Amino acid sequence: MTEFNQPPNEPLTTGKSYGGSNIGAGETHVEAGPDVDVVAASAISAEETERLVTETTPDLSVFGPDVVAKAAEQMARYPESRSALLPMLHLVQSVEGYVSQAGIQFCAEQLGLSNAEVSAVATFYTMYKRKPCGEHLVSVCTNTLCAVLGGDAIYQRLQQHLGEGGQPLKHEDTSGTPGEPGSITLEHAECLAACDLGPVLQVNYEYYDNQTPESAVELVDALRRGEKPAPTRGAPLTSLRDVELQLAGFFPEDEATYRSHVDGPSAAVETLRGAQLAADRGWTAPTMPEKAPELPEVEKK
Amino acid sequence: MTEAETSRPDPVTPVLTKRWLSPNSWRLSTYEQLEGYTALRKALSGTPEQLVALVKESGLRGRGGAGFPAGVKWSFMPPNEDKPHYLVINADEGEPGTCKDIPLMMADPHSLIEGCIIAAYAMRSHHCFIYVRGEVPHCIRRLNAAVREAEAAGYLGTNILDSGFDLKITVHAGAGAYICGEETALLDSLEGRRGQPRLKPPFPAAAGLYAAPTTVNNVETIASVPFIVNGGSDWFRKMGSERSPGPKIFSISGHVERPGQYEAPLGTTLRELLELAGGMKDGIPLKFWTPGGSSTPLFTAEHLDVPLDFEGAAEAGSMLGTTAVMVFNETVSVPWAVMKWTEFYEHESCGKCTPCREGTYWLAGILQRMVDGRGTESDIETLLDICDNVLGRSFCALGDGAVSPITSGIKYFRDEFLALCDKNKAAPATPALAGAH
Repeated sequence: MTEFNQPPNEPLTTGKSYGGSNIGAGETHVEAGPDVDVVAASAISAEETERLVTETTPDLSVFGPDVVAKAAEQMARYPESRSALLPMLHLVQSVEGYVSQAGIQFCAEQLGLSNAEVSAVATFYTMYKRKPCGEHLVSVCTNTLCAVLGGDAIYQRLQQHLGEGGQPLKHEDTSGTPGEPGSITLEHAECLAACDLGPVLQVNYEYYDNQTPESAVELVDALRRGEKPAPTRGAPLTSLRDVELQLAGFFPEDEATYRSHVDGPSAAVETLRGAQLAADRGWTAPTMPEKAPELPEVEKK
Repeated sequence: MTEAETSRPDPVTPVLTKRWLSPNSWRLSTYEQLEGYTALRKALSGTPEQLVALVKESGLRGRGGAGFPAGVKWSFMPPNEDKPHYLVINADEGEPGTCKDIPLMMADPHSLIEGCIIAAYAMRSHHCFIYVRGEVPHCIRRLNAAVREAEAAGYLGTNILDSGFDLKITVHAGAGAYICGEETALLDSLEGRRGQPRLKPPFPAAAGLYAAPTTVNNVETIASVPFIVNGGSDWFRKMGSERSPGPKIFSISGHVERPGQYEAPLGTTLRELLELAGGMKDGIPLKFWTPGGSSTPLFTAEHLDVPLDFEGAAEAGSMLGTTAVMVFNETVSVPWAVMKWTEFYEHESCGKCTPCREGTYWLAGILQRMVDGRGTESDIETLLDICDNVLGRSFCALGDGAVSPITSGIKYFRDEFLALCDKNKAAPATPALAGAH
């Protein structure tokens, strides 16, 4: 320790305040021999420490033969089976409502990967949730453009509205009991690619365009009552798990339901504005030749 | 040429967006009624080399942001088939402000499918992947339905339209990572890994998906191909400029009266686009805007007449990007907007390379402190210094994009950054701009 000229028992203070970071502040480890009580020495809660130091074998029984069959179908879509990992994580999320340790192990077993390899992927992507989610996931775009138009206000209003005991609901926290009807997980999202319709939010990734704090509160209240208000663009609202199954590449088998999902609305006024303006004014692209021109001649190699 | 042929095209030139007005525009029956799959028949009557030559002649440039000539990219694919060839469509639209590919895939998925078949034929690929960001299940439904319809009609599968050509299309959902819009990160993600960019060379045409020859193209690029086959390169070149030909979907968002998708010839100016979009909302004057997403340096009211094509935007100090025109009026604080974008890049930096991972972290922290009123004048120099260490020194273009709003924001609006530092010294006086508190 002496080479750092650090007074004994004083925490390192490098970078303590720069840019708001705490990196380097405080002690970072405690030496733990076999006789050390790690729970007592732990800087985090006893409960969380217990969870981390206890070896467990996840119960995979929730992934029945039907899920195994779907996983096999996913692998068959690709020349190399590992490409099925992202869809398979959507699949396990459709079963459990999040990617649990059991879900990680399930994917690893199907693909012949280690749990660590699957965890590395699952933790990289924001759509894979690592704790149980509500029946619905509400994502509010708070990227700059939506934020300016009211996205920040919508998100803050929903945080307050869905929070309990005066505490605003935090990013990726759930109002209600996860998995129960009417429960809602709230998150702020990056650009959702609907900027002409901002501020936007999504419920289970279906679009609700041109929102206000008031309309957003009405929407989540309806969800809590068990209603399924129709999205502005998208399929009739179902649940996060149902949509995750579609992201895994499995669509409703019943023809009428399938059709109603595919045919859900998409043509917002904004989407069509340019084409409509051209139609109204009689503007067109230059006329194509009557007959498609011959393809260019190329020399034979 | 007659006068009519040399005259300027109309202000709005619906090509890709024209079918969007038709009822059930996403269905095969509608598509076929509106010339759908006629280009495919024409293409399959020619050779792959002829199609590459046609796309080269048309001058079509990549619509995903970088503007690389599509025909040249296609020509990099090896002529032999020692390894399987892959065509991968980048439908991971996530650049802030960009919202053109998602409405296109919802409204007219068959134009993308037809483009994929023609492009795959031109590049001797028999398996095409459409990598769609996961947050748009409605696009994924429509694409899957379109693939099913095309398979049933014999446009996909084996021996397509009796040509002997086989193609399978797989629609693949991503899972929420902006970086996967970078083509090599997309390939890693498609291989079931963390989406982190690869070192180039080797370029994807030499070693892409599964280390096999691969071309990655944007949705709008590929959806343009059937029109080029049917209309020819001379027709395509009637729109746009010599080096940036064709129509382009301009996505206008923010403080305008009528935001939306406006397909106009490349080279259209913001002044003209604002006219189409009904002008500034409530008449509040323009302050700043992006020509093509948050990764393209900001423009101001000085740049109303810059021709929005690849050359025009670059000459004026920005980039055309994805033609995601985000318009902000006088009420918006530039440092606050820049901070919000920087927080985005910090969140989306993949962590692979140090300049971007560490740079975006510290840039966001400093900007948050400044917007919070705790900044000092020297922070501006620190920001620029960090930007200098990220730009051109990062593994991929995410780092370059991350510094664009900061350096351009300080270039045009340094006083606003300085004013935030003043607040630290003096008592607050005038009401702050939206967000700047």
